Amino acid sequence: MIPEIGHYALALGLCVALVQAIVPLIGAQRNNLALMELSRPAAVAQFLTIGVAFAALTHSFIVSDFSVSNVFQNSHTDKPLLYKISGVWGNHEGSLLLWIMILAVFSLAVAVFGRNLPPTLRARALSVQAMITVGFLLFILFTSNPFERIDPAPLNGRGLNPLLQDPGLAFHPPMLYLGYVGFSMAFSFAVAALIEGRVDAAWARWVRPWTLLAWIFLTLGIALGSWWAYYELGWGGWWYWDPVENASFIPWLSGTALLHSAIVVEKRDTLKSWTILLAIVTFSLSLLGTFLVRSGVLTSVHAFATDPTRGVFILLLLAVTVVGSLSLYAWRAPQLKAGGVFAPISREGSLLLNNVLLSTASATVLLGTLYPLFADALNLGKVSVGPPFFNAVFVPLMVPMVLVMALGPMLAWKRGDAYGAARRLWLALVAAAVVFAGTYVAAGGALTDVGAAFGMGLGAWLLIGTLVEWAERVHLFRVDPVTSLKRAAGLPRAAYGMTLAHAGMAILVMGVVGNTAWKGESIQVMSPGEVVEIGGVAYEFRGAERVEGPNYDAVQGRFILRRDDGAVLAVMEPQKRTYTDPPMPTSEAAIHTDGITDHYAVIGDPSPDDGPGAFVTRFYHEPFVPFLWYGALLMGLGGLVSLTDRRHRIGAPTRARARTAAPVGGASARGAAR
Amino acid sequence: MMRRIVYFLPLALVAVLLGFFIVGLQKDPRKLPSVLLDRPVPAFTLAGLPGREGALTGPDELKGQVTLLNFFGSWCVACLQEHAMLKRIRAEGLAPLHGIAFKDQPEDTLRWLGRHGDPYDRVGYDTTNRIAIEFGITGAPETFVIDADGVIQYKHIGPITAQVWAETLRPLIEDLSTP
Repeated sequence: MIPEIGHYALALGLCVALVQAIVPLIGAQRNNLALMELSRPAAVAQFLTIGVAFAALTHSFIVSDFSVSNVFQNSHTDKPLLYKISGVWGNHEGSLLLWIMILAVFSLAVAVFGRNLPPTLRARALSVQAMITVGFLLFILFTSNPFERIDPAPLNGRGLNPLLQDPGLAFHPPMLYLGYVGFSMAFSFAVAALIEGRVDAAWARWVRPWTLLAWIFLTLGIALGSWWAYYELGWGGWWYWDPVENASFIPWLSGTALLHSAIVVEKRDTLKSWTILLAIVTFSLSLLGTFLVRSGVLTSVHAFATDPTRGVFILLLLAVTVVGSLSLYAWRAPQLKAGGVFAPISREGSLLLNNVLLSTASATVLLGTLYPLFADALNLGKVSVGPPFFNAVFVPLMVPMVLVMALGPMLAWKRGDAYGAARRLWLALVAAAVVFAGTYVAAGGALTDVGAAFGMGLGAWLLIGTLVEWAERVHLFRVDPVTSLKRAAGLPRAAYGMTLAHAGMAILVMGVVGNTAWKGESIQVMSPGEVVEIGGVAYEFRGAERVEGPNYDAVQGRFILRRDDGAVLAVMEPQKRTYTDPPMPTSEAAIHTDGITDHYAVIGDPSPDDGPGAFVTRFYHEPFVPFLWYGALLMGLGGLVSLTDRRHRIGAPTRARARTAAPVGGASARGAAR
Repeated sequence: MMRRIVYFLPLALVAVLLGFFIVGLQKDPRKLPSVLLDRPVPAFTLAGLPGREGALTGPDELKGQVTLLNFFGSWCVACLQEHAMLKRIRAEGLAPLHGIAFKDQPEDTLRWLGRHGDPYDRVGYDTTNRIAIEFGITGAPETFVIDADGVIQYKHIGPITAQVWAETLRPLIEDLSTP
């Protein structure tokens, strides 16, 4: 009964979404307030119906109702409760339901918190949101019904893919989806603005926090996925340039560009049509990500639903959304009034450069990801584009980007003084040189270490540059400490957000560079008692034993990890698990971290030919991997701090107030990177 | 006028992209060409399963008629899915069906075949997983169609479904069998 209620609620949700998509739009066109206002109760009803459907599916998973095909395929009575719940979105149908659930939450948020929006803009944005919902609901109801029943009901389920039975991955998809779907807000507001034919600072101020929120989720979601791949796949890698990873990274890159170009619209009332385009493109890329994963047009380990009919449907959805919005863009964007002019060397100029580099990076990753598809379609044969391509094209784009990242925030709006800014960054330059020389010597001084040492120096340049920018703002060491402290307390949170996020990026850069350059691995067969040395530590194998988990059997190895002076650092117990439902092997790496370097041990297959108790073992020396997680967390935190900025909480001030607030002395004109 | 055209640029790019997607969707990304296609079967000697007839050596034993060579393992879920189809293929008797079990323990393979039925003529047991590597196996199950001269003619990745059998494999075998 409950699954039928869920199914019915979805159908009802479709009706509500249709009303919400059409009526407010007509209302806005005719300036009929009553019709426009319908969008708000409709959004609430939308949230309720989809919420009921989502709750119904969750309930079926929790009580293990195997008469529901989806539960049968993806759950099992022996599964811990957490994975029963995460099983809801650990499959194609459920993940789509989560998608529209999040969409409904965002629509609700506009309806509830959007009181200070111009009514026409709100009505149109909500109507566009509803159009997206209609598309996805049709997709679910026609091709991917999560509530399909089977008769007779099987006694037990097939279980969830064991790779997905992991706390890291339980929350990875919801985070990514919050990011993807969050960009739908920017999209809806962009389309609404195109219909209105007007983009102003207030519009940007409204779009910014939503974009920021989506960006935070996407940043953390990608980091979570990377972390999961690192400890769960057992190969010591954290980024594979896999099509599905790229599918989340491409919108992240353009979303980051959007975040920064929206600042320019808000502060300087220019770059409007570019920002609108970015908003459309970013959400389209999020949809493309869904298409790539769900359609099977590119295969990858992630693609758990490869079904051509679904592929065609998503393609159709994608085509309607993108072609529709871009046609509207081609038609209306030329009428947007251009705003303030600026010199190439200025805050706007540096943000524009950031946008050019990020968009190029985004397009490049997209090209690399889709190239196998192009080649196949043109009958050039099956090719795969691997890390060498991405590293070769991505790094040259990121180097100037990081160089300018330290400089940009020091420049004034309209016309900046590059020479003066560079001079104030002398400390960062010194730090970069010291780190460059230090790491170069420490790494052994080989010619191959130059690039890596340069990368580490680059990270130091950005980190210190970011801190210098903050110090400049609080006049550190130029006035007495108390005044500095007062200035520090008075800085807007958005400024702190930028400082944190940019510092996070600096740490991330160091993590990526350091790990890529100095990672070490050792694969061998070991008998009990044998010792292998790698990366300044020694692993002593103490044999392996069988252990039993709730829904798996495992071989658990035991290693004593010692420093080179013989002191015991840790006892490591990696496992090789074989899950029972479905039967599938996974490896659980054991990781010992000192906060800078990870020591990583994996136990492989037994190798009885090499003696009793012999096993294949793998060890990885993983320097600077923790920096990746620190960096990503700091970036997310930066976003969060910026989100709590007063301006966002109060909502959009009127244009008049924005104008009078602008010229208040050098410090705030140079102001926050908002 | 030029300025207006610029605004159509994103739309044009997307149209091209969508074109590629439409073509791409018609193609099966799982259809990977094997480097071994049109090449003789790599030489191998495999022990049979204990207590079951038939060790397997190649390529000599595979010559003389068209054969099917199926890589499987008791740990592989998709193999179980394919199993009923293999039994039908065996019953049809169009070509001998040999199996190579890899990444498996012989007793587990035997138990699995005992429980689900044994569709194979001969089953080689790949102790070292070397043969699977020589054949370029990317996962299980994978099935090779080998002609009478011991040359690999086709490789199917993933379970053989009724459709794959009827539309691809059976016509191919019939075609290869008629000189």
